[in-house]
Amino acid sequence: MAWFRRSKVSIQQEAQKKDIPDGMWNKCDRCGEIIHRKQLEEQSFTCAKCGHHFRIGAAEYIALLLDPGTFREIDRKMRSSDPLNFTDTKPYKQRIKESIKKTGLFDAVRIGTGKIGSVPVVVSAMDFSFIGGSMGSVVGEKVARASERALKSRIPLIVISSSGGARMMEGAISLMQLAKTSARLAQLAEARVPYISILTDPTTGGVTASFAMLGDINIAEPGALIGFAGPRVIKQTIGRDLPQGFQRAEFQQEHGFVDMVVDRKEMREKLIILLKYLWIHKK
Amino acid sequence: MARTVLEFEKPIVELEQKVEEMRKYADSLDIADEIRIMEEKVQSLRKSVFGNLTRWQKVQLARHPDRPYTLDYIEMMTTDFVELHGDRAFSDDRAIVGGLARLDNIPVMIIGHQKGRDTKSNVYRNFGMPNPEGYRKALRLMNLAAKFNRPVITMLDTPGAFPGLEAEERGQAQAIARNLFEMSRLPVPIIVVIIGEGASGGALGIGVGNRVLMLENTWYSVISPESCSSILWRSWDFKEQAAEALKLTAPDLLHEGIIDRIVPEPLGGAHRNPAQAAEILKDILVGELKKLQKIKPDKLIDMRVEKFCKMGEWEK
Ligand SMILES: [Zn+2]
Repeated sequence: MAWFRRSKVSIQQEAQKKDIPDGMWNKCDRCGEIIHRKQLEEQSFTCAKCGHHFRIGAAEYIALLLDPGTFREIDRKMRSSDPLNFTDTKPYKQRIKESIKKTGLFDAVRIGTGKIGSVPVVVSAMDFSFIGGSMGSVVGEKVARASERALKSRIPLIVISSSGGARMMEGAISLMQLAKTSARLAQLAEARVPYISILTDPTTGGVTASFAMLGDINIAEPGALIGFAGPRVIKQTIGRDLPQGFQRAEFQQEHGFVDMVVDRKEMREKLIILLKYLWIHKK
Repeated sequence: MARTVLEFEKPIVELEQKVEEMRKYADSLDIADEIRIMEEKVQSLRKSVFGNLTRWQKVQLARHPDRPYTLDYIEMMTTDFVELHGDRAFSDDRAIVGGLARLDNIPVMIIGHQKGRDTKSNVYRNFGMPNPEGYRKALRLMNLAAKFNRPVITMLDTPGAFPGLEAEERGQAQAIARNLFEMSRLPVPIIVVIIGEGASGGALGIGVGNRVLMLENTWYSVISPESCSSILWRSWDFKEQAAEALKLTAPDLLHEGIIDRIVPEPLGGAHRNPAQAAEILKDILVGELKKLQKIKPDKLIDMRVEKFCKMGEWEK
């Protein structure tokens, strides 16, 4: 945890070791533009030419949103115990071990406290690079604990989602994390503590069908895929191609499920404005 | 007689048919002893087959088209049922049914997934796969129950929430999430029963309760064995292995602390004797209800939240 107490720079240095984008030069998935790492960072990991939002990890997101040096991580090393002793083409235990080694994370979410524009917050940021950001016991428990912490301290909760859904390798236990996180959020709501949900690409399945859709304010990143069923499954069900922009952030706003679509470069400023409206500091 | 016979049920059904035939001649021939011996044989075969079911076989039983569905249980267990329709916003989802009923004279709100039995009724019921309206209708009925202080019983039996285009447009994920959120703080007792298939968020969307019961031959998990096979094994051929790996049966879930109680089924499965299955379930529900009705609303909510918050396992 010691390194994490240092500045924003060290969070990003740590992040550079793992996630996409890596290397000095990165190619934009959408327009093909070659962008230097430094420029990408200056643009909050978006393409200066076409606006495409690169998929980024929890560390990058936390660094982008929080006041420098304020993040204090909670339960960093919590990891899955493989409750079902699950094996498919390879043992789940091995998958976890490999993912920890590859990403430097212990599971698909990081939680902690910090400040945004001097407002104290609890933040929970998912990381898609760890088994597709899937939610098993650890993600469920950590998101629930983040909510509990926000309730106890009466400070706003911010959750950044990026997930393919519930984690199959923990079976029904993963499914129950939907109920767990939603129940904790209901308690937070009863206490009138603000909760802002940020949905990034992709947020699907069990995460969308629980905490990601339950914000007092739901914010999506431009172009983010957000939905319950995956596009492939829907296409199979209806037997025809899906319309352009289906399940994207803009579609979700049009259908009334997110309050706004916010460019990542403006996310922090938007949060600062919103938090001032929602959070009433009581002495 | 069951119309659909599963592979592992065949030897039992064949023997049963033999006994039936022997009975026809029982008056003219003195074969009472033989019949008795045959009946014992059938019974011991039933016990050995049903005592050693694989997880995949239980999945097949859970989907058996002759199994009682929500409306069958309501019909067999309750009196004065009044079905209520619609979410008051978009439509009436026929894959989720609900209404007020008397269970052993206790007024309750019963809500459940509803499948159809043949092609026509399955189309009508959308194969028990709700759209967002179904979850919103369920929530409306639960809020109604809370308003008039009636306990809620939900029955889970779905292959999943409908993965359709319109379902996404109308917010399938939001509808389920909202139900989980609201069910966690409903100020009346909620009892959940898995009566068939409990597939993922589509099942859990009406599945947050003070007590979660599971019929003996049902399954409940985050994904169906077939879909799990197709994703993790990249082939549809590993459904048996997937069912084993997912540990999705009632004893598995009792062991994992996800359900509270297994509801026994008549030997051979609920579809072999629906009336008896309903009687067993009714007795258990009445007992559970009477206990929960003594608990104050705040405590009920607290118990429910903490129960789900305890679920999960991790290392520090
Ligand atoms: Zn670009």
